Amino acid sequence: MYPEDVRYTENHEWIGEEDGLYIVGISEYAQEQLGDVTYVELPEIGRHVRQKEPVAQVESVKAAEDIYAPVTGVIVEVNEALEGEPELINLDPYGKGWCFKMDDIDTAQYRRLMNREAYEKYLKSL
Amino acid sequence: MDLIYEKCNHRQAFSFRSNREFDVPFPRELRRQKAAELPEVSELDVVRHFTHLSRRNMGIDTNFYPLGSCTMKYNPKIADVVSSFVGFTQLHPQLLYSETYLDCVQGALELVYHLEQLLSEISGMRAVSLQPMAGAHGELTGVLMMSAYHKHHKNTHKKIILIPDSAHGTNPASAAIAGFQVQEIPSNPQGTLDLDRFREAMNDEVAGIMLTCPNTHGLFEKDIQEIADLAHQHDALLYYDGANLNAIIGQCRPGDLGFDVMHFNLHKTFATPHGMGGPGSGPVGVNERLLDFLPGPRVIKKDNDVFSLDYPKNTIGKSAPFLGHFLVAVRAYVYILMQGNEGLKEVSQKAVLNANYVLSRLRAAFPPAYDRLCMHECVLMAMPYHDWEVRALDFAKALLDRGFHAPTVYFPLTVKEALMIEPTETETKETLDQFCDTMLELAELAKQNPDELRNAPITTPVQRLDEVKAAKELNVVRPLNTPKT
Repeated sequence: MYPEDVRYTENHEWIGEEDGLYIVGISEYAQEQLGDVTYVELPEIGRHVRQKEPVAQVESVKAAEDIYAPVTGVIVEVNEALEGEPELINLDPYGKGWCFKMDDIDTAQYRRLMNREAYEKYLKSL
Repeated sequence: MDLIYEKCNHRQAFSFRSNREFDVPFPRELRRQKAAELPEVSELDVVRHFTHLSRRNMGIDTNFYPLGSCTMKYNPKIADVVSSFVGFTQLHPQLLYSETYLDCVQGALELVYHLEQLLSEISGMRAVSLQPMAGAHGELTGVLMMSAYHKHHKNTHKKIILIPDSAHGTNPASAAIAGFQVQEIPSNPQGTLDLDRFREAMNDEVAGIMLTCPNTHGLFEKDIQEIADLAHQHDALLYYDGANLNAIIGQCRPGDLGFDVMHFNLHKTFATPHGMGGPGSGPVGVNERLLDFLPGPRVIKKDNDVFSLDYPKNTIGKSAPFLGHFLVAVRAYVYILMQGNEGLKEVSQKAVLNANYVLSRLRAAFPPAYDRLCMHECVLMAMPYHDWEVRALDFAKALLDRGFHAPTVYFPLTVKEALMIEPTETETKETLDQFCDTMLELAELAKQNPDELRNAPITTPVQRLDEVKAAKELNVVRPLNTPKT
């Protein structure tokens, strides 16, 4: 359920490497907790963000929650498909439901994020 | 049931037709080119339509309404009677601004002046303004005063407001609208503010902290003294969200706890009608530090016992026209005078007792988010029924079929499958027992026949709504029936 090749934050974002960029989304746990997603507000392209800064927002029938930048870096691409089909986050959180891509990231921060094993352990503690 | 728009048959209950010309001709460019599209039906059809609608309503006057965080308590009818006295209802607010006629409204001004004093005494604040027209408006007014205070003291580096993760959503919204950056502080495992994380976040850039006490977990912030001291060391202001004042009224006062500024929700603590039944009222209170920044005009009492208006020295200006929702203030005034000192103490005692009674009866079937004594509301979880795929929402819907309004669900956001129950002090033990018995029956039913919960409600005017569709395909525009010619 939780992919091996990405890293996780305590706020339930995931971040993984793809073609030299870093792709960010929310985890299976986060989408399950939120319930049916009805709206996603995506960040501006070109924006410089610091780690843990709120950059996007996801709304569901239950709640509105911030998505935080998992690492410091620059937003270079957003998933525009989410504007028309926010439910992609529920259906495919690690695939078509990705949120944004980052570049020039702080790789030291990236390496310190949780791997799958640590994240699953963290989920059990909640 | 048809909407009034669908019933429209172009009969008129009231006609605006008039042969009278205005003294001053209405500017041509502002005149309508074609008639406004209003739903027109006969007067009797209007009466029937809204009477039918009102009979489908569920409210505090018809059902137990344990909607956590909202304090749906009984609104004594005597307050409605008093506020409908013609001496109040027929006052023209413009009289306030006329030196000549100010002596015609002395009684109303005295009521405002006295109510502001009573609220100051109740809250331990130095002064109160009744202007803001609802709770969130009070929040914004309070945060704008904090902003004005820091500007006045040239604290240009103060940009951040700290808000706990359990806060009402209006707190970060008010802070953001007033131009501050919001930083969230997590709760600790006991359900109160995480003091270590608060210490880490506290620095000279922090303009203020917004707290609800007791918080939305229904728990008293026991470290409030330390939080206040730390904030004040950094010249940050402490904001009290009065949403849960009904839990501590008469027992302790926000001003004594170290808060600098606050709002009251008259509709929660002082039994005035809630939103939709409104209008609301969200007075603000301040201590000495913010006294000069209050909204103006304020009612003052002159040496000769004449009431007049004046603006505080560094006022943020008007936060509402005239003096706010005056007739709501009249209701709160009646309530406070009727309760008196002892009565208000009993309000919080019974509110807390009732919530703990519900908590103790339900804790085995619905584990509390934080297993300790609660204040005026308890936050329970529907987690045990996960295996039967029955969620908090299903319990909420099934309660409707059994004659109870649903509790708040999925709030606070920090609690999984939250059921937030606030019985209020105005319910009898018999009503609480009926509610608890029903909750326990539903807990059993969730295991025996989960479908019945998942398909609820079946007795209401509309059944289970498609919330996803409602959020994604919002449609509030309804075309009128075309005229039958």
